[in-house]
Amino acid sequence: MEKQELIDQVNEVLAEEFEVEVSEITPDANIKATLQLDSLSLVDMVALIESTFSVKIQNSELSSIQTFANLYDFISARMSK
Amino acid sequence: MERRVVITGMGIYSCLGKTLDEVRDSLYTGKSGIIFDPVRKEMGFRSALTAKLDEPNLKGVLSRNQRVYMAEECKYAYVATKDALDFAKLDLDYLEKNTVGLLYGNDSSADAVVKSVDTMREKKDTTLVGSGAIFQSMNSTVTMNLGTLFKLRGINMTVSAACASGSHAIGLGSLLIKWGLQDVIVCGGAQEVNPFSIGSFDGISAFSARESEPTKASRPFDRDRDGLVPGGGAATVIIEEYEHAVKRGAPILGEIMGYGFSSNGDHISSPNVDGPANSLKMCLEQSKMNLKDIGYINAHATSTHVGDTNEAKAIYNVFGDVRVPVTSTKGQTGHEMWMAGASEVIYSMLMMKNDFIAANLNFENPDEDSAKLNICGERTSAHFNTFLSNSFGFGGTNSTLIVKNL
Repeated sequence: MEKQELIDQVNEVLAEEFEVEVSEITPDANIKATLQLDSLSLVDMVALIESTFSVKIQNSELSSIQTFANLYDFISARMSK
Repeated sequence: MERRVVITGMGIYSCLGKTLDEVRDSLYTGKSGIIFDPVRKEMGFRSALTAKLDEPNLKGVLSRNQRVYMAEECKYAYVATKDALDFAKLDLDYLEKNTVGLLYGNDSSADAVVKSVDTMREKKDTTLVGSGAIFQSMNSTVTMNLGTLFKLRGINMTVSAACASGSHAIGLGSLLIKWGLQDVIVCGGAQEVNPFSIGSFDGISAFSARESEPTKASRPFDRDRDGLVPGGGAATVIIEEYEHAVKRGAPILGEIMGYGFSSNGDHISSPNVDGPANSLKMCLEQSKMNLKDIGYINAHATSTHVGDTNEAKAIYNVFGDVRVPVTSTKGQTGHEMWMAGASEVIYSMLMMKNDFIAANLNFENPDEDSAKLNICGERTSAHFNTFLSNSFGFGGTNSTLIVKNL
């Protein structure tokens, strides 16, 4: 999958699940703030990424994923493995 | 001076309607909420009969992060409770600044349990179950959600007492107010309607098999009844200390005069006569009312052979030749189970306020025991000021309420 295609798909599924406009999701935006995630809904984001892209984010890896750009890079790296 | 407990708000989401006016009209016209559900037949149900109820769409009303914890029955309870609070003139500002309690009947949340277990089995990864599953799966899902959404700060507890849950919730709430521990409590009962919630119930042949005539299937007290029809939704009753309600300028609809309860200590599914009779007697004693003060009895009668027979005997044992009009609204609604004790208080209140007794739908021929009661097979114009409502449940739990018009 091309990177832009991946970004578009990530944005689409996150916007739909967390009920925000796709336009609010920008690479440098903070994920938790943009999607209004608390400790519980963060689990739903992890589950959504896992079920959509077959990429599992471990709890220990979450701290390194702060922005959407971090998330795109993380998924992209795992999918290319 | 003894503290009096009054009803200051009501809200309901049932197969008879989504507003009090709709439900009143359905009671008046004798509408049945029962359908044949082909999905249940495909799932292997012996009886595919059920009450018809659409889930409320709360998108745009509540945020995603609020909705995700709500099981099916919570959605019904949210709508019913919002309406009841509005009726009682209790807004979020009041609820945040005062101590308002919550006692709600619920005894299952099967759909959420089944779906999360399916995910765990298939995926072998608990993360994929999602954050909502735990809060949707617990019996207390309704009180968890309502307590959070409406910022309630008093007693917060689910009452799980099978088909008497909603009635016990109101009764226990009335005691907390009477004893001075609370001034206002949101009470009610909720019941999920999805097939998973009652598949095992169908498995013990408890349901009517009259699939060719869905609207005739639930026939409480009728000689030819062959089982109950499952229903559901939610009903909320706001109960309040009388002086508190007067001071607040709240609408005062009725007074809870008595709460009686008992346990059969007998068979797990078959009710007996003494247990329900004891509940009736206790309620009458607590209310300090005479038999002749009761203008209408809303029976528990679910359209099962043994249940209706034994309730008829219990009512006759207590009331004897005092021929109070009796009906079961379950002919129209099916058995609303965990919700029934609360919804039937509302059905009875609507009848009492509008001077009629809805027909005991499908009561065409009495049997030996129901013939001894004054069962109204047709809608009756009737002015009455006090009603008694019975609710009985698996395990032999019994609850009776007496409510007076104000």
